[in-house]
Amino acid sequence: MIWPRLNTGSALDSGGVDETRRRIPWSHRLHLDFPLLVGLLLLAAFGLMVLYSASGGSADMMERQLVRLLLAFGLMIAIAQLPPHWLKIITTTLFTAGIIMLVLVALFGVSSKGAQRWLDLGLFRFQPSEMMKLVIPMMVALYLADKQLPPQPSRLLIATAMIVIPVLLIAKQPDLGTSLLIASSGFFVLFLAGLPWRVMGVLGALAAAALPALWAVMKPYQKQRVLTFLDPEQDPLGSGYHIIQSKIAIGSGGLFGKGWMEGTQSQLSFLPERHTDFIFAVLAEEFGFMGVLLLFALYLFLIWRALSIAMQAQETYTRLLAGALAMTFFIFFFVNVGMVSGILPVVGLPLPLVSYGGTAMVTTLIGFGVLMSIHTHRKLLDT
Amino acid sequence: MAFRSMLKDYHSEARLFRRRAYVAMGFTALLILGLSVRMTLLQVHEYKHYVTQSNDNRIQVRSLPPARGHILDRNGVVLAENQTTLSLVLIPEQIDDLDTTLHSLREIVAVSEDELQRFHKQRKRQRSFLPATLRYHLSDEEVARFESQRYRFPGVTVEAILSRNYPLGALTAHVIGYTGRINEDDLKALDEGRYRGSQFTGKTGIEREYEELLHGFPGESRIEANVVGRVLRELGRTPSQSGSDLHLTLDSRLQSIASEALGELKGAVVAIDPNNGEILALVSKPSFDPSQFVLGIPQKEYAALRDDPSRPLFDRALRGQYPPGSTIKPVMGLAGLARGVMDAQEQIDCHGKYQLPNSSLVFRDWKKQGHGPTDLNKSIVESCDVYYYELSRRLGVDRIHEFLGQFGLGQATGIDLPSEPNGLLPSREWKRITRNQPWYPGETLNIGIGQGFFMATPLQLAQMTAMLANHGKPIRPHLVLEGGEPPAPTLRPVVLPDSLWQPVIKGMEDVVHTRQGTANRIARGAKYRIAGKTGTAQVFSLGRDEEYDEEKIPENMRDHALFVAFAPAQQPQIAVAVLVENGGHGGATASPMARAVMDAWLLRPENRVALP
Repeated sequence: MIWPRLNTGSALDSGGVDETRRRIPWSHRLHLDFPLLVGLLLLAAFGLMVLYSASGGSADMMERQLVRLLLAFGLMIAIAQLPPHWLKIITTTLFTAGIIMLVLVALFGVSSKGAQRWLDLGLFRFQPSEMMKLVIPMMVALYLADKQLPPQPSRLLIATAMIVIPVLLIAKQPDLGTSLLIASSGFFVLFLAGLPWRVMGVLGALAAAALPALWAVMKPYQKQRVLTFLDPEQDPLGSGYHIIQSKIAIGSGGLFGKGWMEGTQSQLSFLPERHTDFIFAVLAEEFGFMGVLLLFALYLFLIWRALSIAMQAQETYTRLLAGALAMTFFIFFFVNVGMVSGILPVVGLPLPLVSYGGTAMVTTLIGFGVLMSIHTHRKLLDT
Repeated sequence: MAFRSMLKDYHSEARLFRRRAYVAMGFTALLILGLSVRMTLLQVHEYKHYVTQSNDNRIQVRSLPPARGHILDRNGVVLAENQTTLSLVLIPEQIDDLDTTLHSLREIVAVSEDELQRFHKQRKRQRSFLPATLRYHLSDEEVARFESQRYRFPGVTVEAILSRNYPLGALTAHVIGYTGRINEDDLKALDEGRYRGSQFTGKTGIEREYEELLHGFPGESRIEANVVGRVLRELGRTPSQSGSDLHLTLDSRLQSIASEALGELKGAVVAIDPNNGEILALVSKPSFDPSQFVLGIPQKEYAALRDDPSRPLFDRALRGQYPPGSTIKPVMGLAGLARGVMDAQEQIDCHGKYQLPNSSLVFRDWKKQGHGPTDLNKSIVESCDVYYYELSRRLGVDRIHEFLGQFGLGQATGIDLPSEPNGLLPSREWKRITRNQPWYPGETLNIGIGQGFFMATPLQLAQMTAMLANHGKPIRPHLVLEGGEPPAPTLRPVVLPDSLWQPVIKGMEDVVHTRQGTANRIARGAKYRIAGKTGTAQVFSLGRDEEYDEEKIPENMRDHALFVAFAPAQQPQIAVAVLVENGGHGGATASPMARAVMDAWLLRPENRVALP
């Protein structure tokens, strides 16, 4: 069945159909997706609980995190109200602005800890790469959705350039972690858009071949991270310390954990960065394998719900956009947990919705706002 | 195709996307499954390993040093105990600017350069979150001053530690010894596990000898510490086991009487129970205050003690080696009887001089005009040298060496104190080995009157006297009253018929109780019979024709006065040896001291009945 292209305006706006109205859940009327909302609230609540313990019971930190959560949820709800097509307008603008800012960062950026990531805008510092985490997959989705899928090779090439150029700029800052993350979420859009399997095979082979070259251009601290990842015991008090302590925290949590606020690794400060990037280790220590499974289940639920929203979307653009957001969310989660549990190198990356900090939380919830918008602005043709 | 590019095929696009989305779902599920496997590995499979590591991280074991055993005298008087002293302790890690802090602290609390150096030494040796002591023994005033300004000094605290206190101070300093801070040499010898957390160890005397018993066993406190080592709480503890209390044979009252008797003179008094070898008093003078060693003596004060010409640190009673002089004459006399070279009645004519056959060498008697015809009794009573020259000639050096050796001369008594010397009982062999010289007959005569190479400690003389009192039954001098049996003697009994002991002991009684006796001054008012023998140890060799004139000789060259005695003569309960350095004649200086000690022991209220 070919679905005809329809004009804007939703079933809700047409009004007057009592039967329809009755069948539409209250959350949809508010442009909210109930399963996503519940999943996010549960995750945020679990996160807050872990954070309270990780911060050593700091009411101050809790308060700030709570305010951030409220603001971010508010932003999510606000964005959900806007029809997804509105995003089309700003995506290109944001993408162009992002590229310009990345160039500016490369030229005039503020250095911090040996990396130039920040743009000083007078009032506040802005980290363009953070914004690009969302904007690049959105841009690629927008571009590819314009024409029939699977994309033509020429379009594929342009889409690849849209990913590779900012990724290289970010890698140059240097922020290898973020650049690889963005590259992979960009790749997932290509994949969802129907990137042929054989092209993926060729790309994979190329990437493997490019590894030695990548090693050659990496900064010393990046090389150190990789070496540490391969053998943390080599420098147990130096660069391997994070991973060793994190693994001890996770492993000593066992099946049922040491109990909330009872994790010795975290409460006695053996675990570094325990309320930010390594908060997963706190959770694993205090709630054990059971807590970990609960967290995994929540994430898997959110990701699958997001993917199913993508599948239910009625347009190529919204489908790709929803799929891209779902996969980006997944990658953030996977890389963080993989890094904390020692199967991926340490890249400074928070656990979405759990780690302390505002930027990543806002980015994540904006993404979910868009997902809700996509889902609740569908035209209910089939009713 | 042109159409497709114009008008999108939504159906196939949706199908394509649906397929890809399912792949993505599978992919995410697969990776999350991978993470779960990883978690199972860490949290289930390697759980034990990580729990151990986690505990190693947070749990530290701190040693709880044991309280040292007390040292008590035979009546329970405390000779060494533990006391709490307050020290100023710094935790370098918690101090931002150590130099400034030290500078400000020194304005409040007196800290010497020595103490400062010691602090830096300790600080550099250990980890920076462990406390290092800057000052021991804070006065109340200093503590108050510090407490009032405490806010200025984060990382600085007043800490209570147990250190040693010696209530009788100098009186028992040589016997008890002292504890001191464990230094690097000590560390090599001590069991690290038992001394973890301990600051002190016995350095000399009983404190050193019985370190093993006194020290006790440390306990453990398992504490939870955070990443910088700060203690958060105690998880459990095994209490330490205090060291055993030591009960000494020493009688502090007797000790103090002996010490008073010596007064300002340099010398030693040893009192021993001849029945069992218990040391009742062991005094060496001058003495020192042992407490100044406990927390570390300042270099300057130590140098002053060490270089003091009167040698207060030197334990004369245990380690002082002096020519025994005439105090050995009773044993010599006994040797003559035992070896059958002389009988008790044989008289030697004494003209004040003696010459060996075929020798021009003249051996003088202390009494220039001589003692006239002298038998064994008179030889002991008047301490006739000529008699013993003749006796020595008859015995010969080998028999003298053998016989005197049975009384413990020339070998350490084996008392339970560290570093006891052997003294020196010369022999042909000794001279050959140490000097590579033959033995000259004249030397035998010198040995016979306790001079020449002959050296004995006051303790050895007391042991010899106790054996005389016992009719040859050996004893082993000891200080610690261990329940039941006294320690086995190292010497073998001297088995001789009573008829040989009696004339010798009678001679010693007459030394005190006859008018001619060299120690007759102490007989007055004595409520029991004393058997004694005076002696004079030459420090300064006179020229052949010179005469000893006390007035003309500088004090430190004057003879040492000796006196050995036991009482009551027929049922001995105490044997005493007294040495007074540069004290002149034994009868005059040393014998009254012995009498004072014997009086104090024998006439003590609880002993009235036992006196015959």
